[in-house]
Amino acid sequence: MPEKELESPRAVQNGFEPKIVAFFCNWCTYLAADLAGTSRIKYAPNIRVIRTMCSGRVDPQFVLEAFARGADGVLIGGCHPGDCHYQEGNYKTLRRVRMLRRVLGEMGIEDERFRLEWISASEAERLKVAVNDMVEKVRALGPLRLEIKAEHFPEEVAA
Amino acid sequence: MTEPAAVPKNPKPKVAFYWCASCGGCEETVLDLDERVLDVVVAVNIVFWPVALDFKRHHVEALPDGSVLAAFVNGAVRTTEQEEMAHLLRKKAKVLVALGSCAQLGGIPGLANLSSREGILQSSYCESPSTVNPEKVFPQTLYKENGQSVSLPGLFETVRSLDQVVDVDYYLPGCPPTPKLLWDAVHVLLGSELPPKGTVLAPDRALCEECPRKDTRPEKLTLKEFKRPQDVLIDEETCMLAQGVVCLGPATRSGCEALCPQGNMPCTGCFGPTSRVRDYGAKALSAISSIIDSNDPEEIEKIVQTVPDPVGTFYRYSLPSSLLRRRKLAPAAKL
Repeated sequence: MPEKELESPRAVQNGFEPKIVAFFCNWCTYLAADLAGTSRIKYAPNIRVIRTMCSGRVDPQFVLEAFARGADGVLIGGCHPGDCHYQEGNYKTLRRVRMLRRVLGEMGIEDERFRLEWISASEAERLKVAVNDMVEKVRALGPLRLEIKAEHFPEEVAA
Repeated sequence: MTEPAAVPKNPKPKVAFYWCASCGGCEETVLDLDERVLDVVVAVNIVFWPVALDFKRHHVEALPDGSVLAAFVNGAVRTTEQEEMAHLLRKKAKVLVALGSCAQLGGIPGLANLSSREGILQSSYCESPSTVNPEKVFPQTLYKENGQSVSLPGLFETVRSLDQVVDVDYYLPGCPPTPKLLWDAVHVLLGSELPPKGTVLAPDRALCEECPRKDTRPEKLTLKEFKRPQDVLIDEETCMLAQGVVCLGPATRSGCEALCPQGNMPCTGCFGPTSRVRDYGAKALSAISSIIDSNDPEEIEKIVQTVPDPVGTFYRYSLPSSLLRRRKLAPAAKL
């Protein structure tokens, strides 16, 4: 179980603030995020970036764990098709994401909470648009609230 | 009458068997030991085994705590009674073994986690075509009439694997585990050196390693379509995946000696993950999706759609033990 996070002043003011876990590829999207920073481009502060060497390194288990531990959305950022530093890591990501999306759907997790974006190192603006758009969509959906706590099981029994 | 047998100096170790939400297949495994079951009976004293012996719950309750060497519990936990029995056996047994996929991972009954309890009761007691229930009678946990009362166990919203309810020492995977694995496990437990707690008593390698079709697996495996076993005449010697049939061997623990591939059916993953994997279904999904032979998003989507039921395919035996554990409940049904 994650530690209880203190509500940020922003969240207290505006109500629900989505928490989005973002897996960014070391060679492109992570650099785009870097560029956004150095270019002083502002985007919604709701993503928690985790750098991976390749979007293909993002095991579907990472995505599920993020959701299971309280993320309201998961964003994967990789290189454009054909641009993968490891030749075809991003294609593997694409295939897995398509299958995983169907599993998430069956598990009751809305499509908008899981997103794959191709963002190259120079596309800071595109990163901004993608993040802002996703944050707004997830905000509209509301918190995911997936956790089932074991201590609640006794109360669950049919009366 | 013959002379009473001398009281042995070292009384035989006690062993208990119990079933929770399961089909009875794991009990079959015990019987499938054939004559060897007699050797087991010589070596141990079976103190509880509802499917075969007439010991009752109060007999187990009367045993001193920790006096049973090993309790083998199969089945997932979905009723209050099963939860109570799991706690009781945990208290009485030194070693608690989760026997079979349902106890280890949640198993087939765990697919109920795709529905809500209300949905399941509605479907079973009202909507199924063979049901006639105009008064909409649902099972009650307590029913009183004329000062008498009868009770039924309560049904949990969420099906759980055994280790989500009590502490489990060892796991015997499989749907059901093979008699060989059970036999080996009994020997391990009777031996002097116990493996570390939490050990899954089967080899920690992927099934492909022991599959007789292994050598026919191409170096680079790619697929344009996933086929279901009923849609294709499966060649008896070639790697299932090479034939386009979804086989979960690459993601599944070995130990079954590739029974299904030997019977010309693909692996469905009942032995669960190896020790390096937390969420079996995610890893199986990852392995299978990666071999899609296309880089075009539309074509990929089309190929992905040839798996009609991804959760039922990849999480067939492991939904309750997955990271998400169940389908998200609609807000109204939430606690």
